[in-house]
Amino acid sequence: MLWYIGRRLLQIIPVFLGATLLIYLMMFSTGSDPIQAIAGEKALPPSVEAQLRAQYNLDKPILVQWFLYIVGVIQGDFGLNLSGRPIIDDIRRAFPVTAKLAIMAVIIEAIFGIVAGVIAGLKKGTWIDTTFLMLSLLVIAVPTFVIGFVAQVILGVQLKLVPVNVGNDPSFMNLLLPATVLGAVSFAYVLRLTRTSVAENVPADHVRTAKAKGLSSGALVSKHILRNSLIPVVTFIGADLGALMGGAIVTEGIFNINGVGSLLFRALQRSDSPTTVSVVTLMVIIFLISNLIVDVLYAVLDPRIRYAKK
Amino acid sequence: MSPERRTAAPHPGQEHYTAPLSETPLKDVDAFDDTSTPRSMWRQAAHSLLRDPVFIVSAILIAFILFVVAFPGVFTSQDPTAGSLANANQDPSGEHPFGTSRQGYDIFSRVIHGTRTSVIVGFFTMIGSTLIGAAIGALAGYVGGWVDEIVSRVVDVFFAIPLILGAIVIGARFQGIDSIWVVILVLSVFGWTNIARITRGAVIGVKSQEFVMASTALGAGRFSNLMRHVLPNALAPIIVTATVNLGVFIVAEATLSFLGVGLPPTVVSWGGDISTARTSLTTHPMQLMYPSIGLAVTVLSFIMLGDAVRDALDPKAKKR
Amino acid sequence: MSREDEKQMSTTTTTAPLLEISDLDITFSTSSGDVNAVRGASLTVYPGQTVAIVGESGSGKSTTAMSIAHLLPKNGRITGGTVRFQGEDITHQRERQIMALRGSEIGLVPQDPMSNLNPLWKVGYQIDEALRANGVKGSKQEIRQRTVQLLEEAGLPDAERRARQYPHEFSGGMRQRALIAMGLAARPSLLIADEPTSALDVTVQQQILDHLDTLTGDLGVAVLLITHDLGLAAERAQHLVVMYKGQIVESGPALEILQKPQHPYTKRLIAAAPSLASRRLSSIHQREEVAEQAQEHAAEDTDGSPAVSENIIEVRNLSKVFQLRGASPFSTTPFTAVDDVSFDLKRGTTTAIVGESGSGKSTVAQMVLKLLEPTSGEIRFDGRDIASIKSAKDILGLRRRMQPIFQNPYGTLDPMYSIFTTIEEPLRIHGIGSKKSRDQKVRELLDHVRLPAAMLRRYPNELSGGQRQRIAIARALALDPEVVVCDEAVSALDVLVQAQVLELLNDLQAELGLSYIFITHDLAVVRQIADATLVMEKGRVVEQGTTDEVFHSPQQEYTQRLLGAIPGGSIPLAGSETISEDGSQEAAPVGRPTGSHRAPAHRADG
Repeated sequence: MLWYIGRRLLQIIPVFLGATLLIYLMMFSTGSDPIQAIAGEKALPPSVEAQLRAQYNLDKPILVQWFLYIVGVIQGDFGLNLSGRPIIDDIRRAFPVTAKLAIMAVIIEAIFGIVAGVIAGLKKGTWIDTTFLMLSLLVIAVPTFVIGFVAQVILGVQLKLVPVNVGNDPSFMNLLLPATVLGAVSFAYVLRLTRTSVAENVPADHVRTAKAKGLSSGALVSKHILRNSLIPVVTFIGADLGALMGGAIVTEGIFNINGVGSLLFRALQRSDSPTTVSVVTLMVIIFLISNLIVDVLYAVLDPRIRYAKK
Repeated sequence: MSPERRTAAPHPGQEHYTAPLSETPLKDVDAFDDTSTPRSMWRQAAHSLLRDPVFIVSAILIAFILFVVAFPGVFTSQDPTAGSLANANQDPSGEHPFGTSRQGYDIFSRVIHGTRTSVIVGFFTMIGSTLIGAAIGALAGYVGGWVDEIVSRVVDVFFAIPLILGAIVIGARFQGIDSIWVVILVLSVFGWTNIARITRGAVIGVKSQEFVMASTALGAGRFSNLMRHVLPNALAPIIVTATVNLGVFIVAEATLSFLGVGLPPTVVSWGGDISTARTSLTTHPMQLMYPSIGLAVTVLSFIMLGDAVRDALDPKAKKR
Repeated sequence: MSREDEKQMSTTTTTAPLLEISDLDITFSTSSGDVNAVRGASLTVYPGQTVAIVGESGSGKSTTAMSIAHLLPKNGRITGGTVRFQGEDITHQRERQIMALRGSEIGLVPQDPMSNLNPLWKVGYQIDEALRANGVKGSKQEIRQRTVQLLEEAGLPDAERRARQYPHEFSGGMRQRALIAMGLAARPSLLIADEPTSALDVTVQQQILDHLDTLTGDLGVAVLLITHDLGLAAERAQHLVVMYKGQIVESGPALEILQKPQHPYTKRLIAAAPSLASRRLSSIHQREEVAEQAQEHAAEDTDGSPAVSENIIEVRNLSKVFQLRGASPFSTTPFTAVDDVSFDLKRGTTTAIVGESGSGKSTVAQMVLKLLEPTSGEIRFDGRDIASIKSAKDILGLRRRMQPIFQNPYGTLDPMYSIFTTIEEPLRIHGIGSKKSRDQKVRELLDHVRLPAAMLRRYPNELSGGQRQRIAIARALALDPEVVVCDEAVSALDVLVQAQVLELLNDLQAELGLSYIFITHDLAVVRQIADATLVMEKGRVVEQGTTDEVFHSPQQEYTQRLLGAIPGGSIPLAGSETISEDGSQEAAPVGRPTGSHRAPAHRADG
């Protein structure tokens, strides 16, 4: 088991370094000059410009910049944004909201997706199954922001069921609608995956043997079908967190949530490269950690992985 | 078993019984039945595909969509880029079946012409990402060992950067270039990772099969084996994933347009139209709904096609 | 008289059948319509009795057995006839009622031990579950104690520790024992054993079946044994039922069926079953004729020049050590798959390498074929050390002269290639002939393996296992090789098809002067095809000599055990033309010396 975790950690480190390097290269070799963005229309006196460059490490070669940046990140220092303030402050302010939002989205997508997927898988070929399948297809086909708008208008404005705008430091209730919208596409994928997994397990040999022992169908499903089917679903949910973070930008925009997604979006519009790089780096870190957790969870759930391969 | 047990008289119902030969005729051992038409795996898949209602529906839709792409003039004579503010926000009428947009464009015409944009973006992104992903995945899967470890880490790196995020970051800098190929390129660069993983898995699965080893024993070279035996057998999951991806890319393009980093405003696109219609949502909701419906139907048909193809190629579903 | 016989005798005249199947019809609904899997099947099982259903794949034997407790897959159903259990008609009982019978009255021991245990639950838990589901009450510890008892009963050593382990930590034989424990947990009156040992080595098979016999005898459990092996069925059951294409063609007392078969299909089965056929002198005579002709043809090829050795392949001190991933990162543990193996293959003859799983026999084949690099030792092909063959051109040349046939007919042909293209491939790779001459050659090859030309347009997924294997043979012969390495080439085939392919291999050898290396785990098959035999265990050669010597006078205990474990070996067959187990003959065969033969000299422990 330790061997397994160690190996995974060893794999994550180069991925982290590679991803951050890639982001860095993308941002800074794009030609958009952050100093220009700060200056705006005015031209800066050379001394000021030189000082700014030094402050943001822009006078050094790219790889060195990146390296210094990584060293900073490990210590929790994400550098300064274009207004000269530490990015970590912005992140600290924005992160809790997005975290709440994302966690809620994961819970909603997991619960509904799995329950619907199990029902569809057990009743494969029936109208229930077809309905759920169509529903999942629809959710994937309609862009998240359209779902978001429509939900906002119908449920928020017309039916007045939920507050339209979320405001600062929102409660869980306020975030319910945005979280559902955020998790919608993932819900569809979870449903499909669970459905396929369950449908594959139902005719499996070990299920028939369990049936032959005299187990009731309830016990069959819960002990022998569910447990075996959920493993790929769990791993998927973890891997899907990346898509969730991409979706957060859209959802936070629609519902005016001041989270990490809006932070990123505003930074992009202002060509605030340091903030952009930092937020994306943060998202990558979260993604990698969640993948590691999911891998460990996988080993916990599936004993075959736990033991070293003989 | 003791001898007494063996030679005891048989129980009633267990005497020596032989079925009459007329009722139980013997066939030749391992006889060959040449009555049906010869069919390869692909032929069989096509056969079951044609009987799948999901496929039929999606095929009809796609045929219709392609027709719209090729001959938009059949459906509308209005110029999608011609409009004046004086005509803005009109309700549906004979001249403008879907009404006019906030900027005075004929919505119906824009929906029709937007089809071409979305389909082209989706299609070429799918081609680009599939070629990149399949090549990388095949390399990692076939060569294995250290090469696999390194290439897989590269895949992980790109996988760690979500499609939308990566596209936004790069897309932001390319703003201003008036071409749809920017979006195609940008989405391809980050959209190949799931194809790479699927290809790698499929190649690993196929290369350990005995017919590959038989080929090696016959004297075939490694590269020859890859191209002639491994890849053709690994195609099925790649095709399924690529088809579904096509739909996903069309949605992604719309999302990018919504965020302002998508196609240039001069191009007629559903994503852009949905984005501009946002502010009119409460007053003229249909301005947003029409392009959304067009988008949803198009994406739906491709994903349904992908599902149908997957079911047709699924070995577990075969009855032989 | 044993206790079981007493029980049997006393109940003979007064008992009603435990299980009575009358005129059973079972139908499956598939995408191409309804299929009648079983038609008009009738059989009875009496309490405490062992009844065997014998048949090839597709005969309906498993389907019939599974339908008793309503364990058919979703698309299968009973469409006619009745199933009576303990006097009651259970054919169309509701799920709740049949569920009560499952486990407590009707137990199942399924076929594949790996896929039939849930990999995510501990073995002990799965047996606890069987107990609880059938009304056994008690605390967690009490139930677990019972489970451990059951596992011990089934012959699993160290049962208490094993109960806390997962299925993948067990070997195949251990898993099968766990499944037996599970099937018998609630003391059913009927145990359905579906090919319970097919996936196991022959010595393990014997142990487990012996154990099952004793256990069910002691408990008075009736057993419905499903098997494809006629010898095994006759050995273990009192009453035999033979099924063919969904129908019962013959049934009756086991011995009688074997000695006086009436139905042509039963006769075919008996003639083809390796364990029985291998003892017939007729098949031994056949083999001798083949060997003579083959050697003649092979000698022609070499023009009988004295410089050329009579051995086409010579293997000396061959070893292979694999480095496996160890317990800690970056460490590896060595695993010796093949240890110091030496043998010769004479031109025009067959050398068989026999061993159970893990014996290293396939690894030897791979090294001889130059598909795997040896760790040490020498392999000479026609006098030349194959390790020295390095250039692509030379390797190609070697491949032309030596070809393999693999075990799995369902994986050995590329599903994307038509049969024509498959057989043509070697000609294409080696650039032999023009399009027209290749076409001609492919047709000849197909003819050689006795398949119709119409098959050329077809694809592998349209052919049976036996047909695919014959295509593989045709492909192997395309380059006119001198040596063919058959790696378990007939092991995955049904009995009758297996006999057909073996006959084909023998004929081809006689016609073309081929030399075979024949790898198999089935000692019974060896007699029909091999002139020399090597017995391997755990990477080492345990015994070696002519096939006759190894069968007649096995020196090593392992070989004796292997021979003794051949199912059906103890059944007296009809007539005087057989060799009985201890080697004594009713009629003397043509000139084989029974002197001493070479056992590896340096082995003291055997």
